[in-house]
Amino acid sequence: MIPTIPQNPLIRLVYGAYVALFFVYLALPLTVVAVFAFNDSQFPSLPWEGFTLSWFFGSERPMIGVFHEDPILRAIGTSVIIGLAVSALSVAVGTTNAFLFNRYQFRGRGFLYVLMLLPLVIPGIVLGISILVFSSSLANAAWDAAEIDIQALRPGLLLVILGQFSFVTTIATLVIAARLQKFDRTLEEAALNLGASHLTAVRTITLPYLAPAMIGAFVVSFLMSFENFNTTLMLVGSDSPLTIAMFDRLKLGSTPLLNAVSLLLMLGSSLLALVMIAFQRKS
Amino acid sequence: MRAGQKLGLILLLTPLLLWLSLLIIIPHIDLFLLSLRERVGVRQYETGLANYTTILTEPLYMVTFARTAMMSILATVLTLLIAFPVSYYIAKMARGRARSVLFLMCLVPFWVSELVRTFGWMILLRESGVISGLLQWAGLAAGPVEMLYNDAAIMVGLVYTSMLFMVVPLVTTLDSLDDAVIEAGYDLGGSGPSILREIVIPHAMPGIVSGSIVVFMLSLGNYLTPTMLGGKDSLWFTQMIYSQFIVRFNWELGAAFGFMLLILSSLIVWAVLRLTGQTLEKTMG
Repeated sequence: MIPTIPQNPLIRLVYGAYVALFFVYLALPLTVVAVFAFNDSQFPSLPWEGFTLSWFFGSERPMIGVFHEDPILRAIGTSVIIGLAVSALSVAVGTTNAFLFNRYQFRGRGFLYVLMLLPLVIPGIVLGISILVFSSSLANAAWDAAEIDIQALRPGLLLVILGQFSFVTTIATLVIAARLQKFDRTLEEAALNLGASHLTAVRTITLPYLAPAMIGAFVVSFLMSFENFNTTLMLVGSDSPLTIAMFDRLKLGSTPLLNAVSLLLMLGSSLLALVMIAFQRKS
Repeated sequence: MRAGQKLGLILLLTPLLLWLSLLIIIPHIDLFLLSLRERVGVRQYETGLANYTTILTEPLYMVTFARTAMMSILATVLTLLIAFPVSYYIAKMARGRARSVLFLMCLVPFWVSELVRTFGWMILLRESGVISGLLQWAGLAAGPVEMLYNDAAIMVGLVYTSMLFMVVPLVTTLDSLDDAVIEAGYDLGGSGPSILREIVIPHAMPGIVSGSIVVFMLSLGNYLTPTMLGGKDSLWFTQMIYSQFIVRFNWELGAAFGFMLLILSSLIVWAVLRLTGQTLEKTMG
């Protein structure tokens, strides 16, 4: 059924109601998380005890707000560092991958392309343990061979970054390759005709054209890294990123502090999304 | 191939090969080798299938394995059934501005972490939660109702968490279906259901396949939702991997669990691709 074909109004109404109900279902969990951030109570549940901002700004027990809760602030910092590192790496490798698959015909290209897609269909937790096992093997080998203890290969920041990078790169590659595909190569040839070298042509013509996709890939990678749970869970050391820190707290029992953090996360990511949409519209 | 071009190819191949070999291929080979290792004494190991026979002969492990697979399939089917009408509405019924707003509204919940979404369902479903409170207020329940910590709660969470990955591919493929084709179907005497069966669904197949694969993978590999919404007896395969690795420190058995999960997911993805005549490049790339 499409609008140009006359339809039974009753069916139309039921259909519309279903779609409306679907959006209520989508909005419900996030709405309650946001609302209970303002509940003046120790628990994010009914009854409603009145409105308060203490879970954001409170500085005294029992209501220490987000902005005075050091472990949470530190975890946010860790997440940001991991996110920036993962996005920078993924966009860099994603760009070279996109050029490789777009510009070169070589033996094994199809095979490598499938291999490049594989991280999308490997469960995150398996990716995590395989990297954990491999890095421990390396660390143990280094210890057995020369008694060197390579701390970087033990669970911690570096492994989390590598673990997230291992699958985020695929996404970055797909986003950047999609735009490179639409690029008109005669523009590059024109630059070459005008005496530019290959590198100059790519740098001054192709890369600026790719910039929106690269920025888009950066934002998406950052969000995927910030949100990632499964892979991170297996590789995390003593400095937990935000999702792991929140998970640990949630296991012990929740206070509206977690709602407040969640609300800030929602605001942050919507802001990022808006910036990205605005940027894409401009280009 | 000219020398300069060859150099370019090598320079571009290097990061790709480093990434795939060091972070994907070798770690998985290492994981497989570890799963074949059997501890016979202190720092003494033998190669064998002992870890796999342990899994195959221990009913609890097999039950968990089968249960995770069945529930993930069910979650995929439910997500598809719920998402399809909505995607069709966005792609074919809504017009102009309404349409991009609706599509954006589908994306918004997924900009926040899965943890927040799961937390939201906990607040809704728990004994002192919002739904329980509403039911009591409406006089439908005499006392607090606990809706958390059961399989239905896990299912609600799984479907919710993976919804986006079904809606986006469905909207994209349905969008490319020309209205004129549907009109032609009506002109040729087709009815609503027959047009859905003969025109819309075949056209949407690539979207259905890629959405289903991703949702299935996400459900199978999910740790957070079963743990938070399913409580102590949720029995999800990823929990077994986690407990062997982090709690019991039996990495050999944990590696075998991980490999079984990988094999199960690859098999089902392969079977779905085979049955529907799609390829990984077409559905994902």
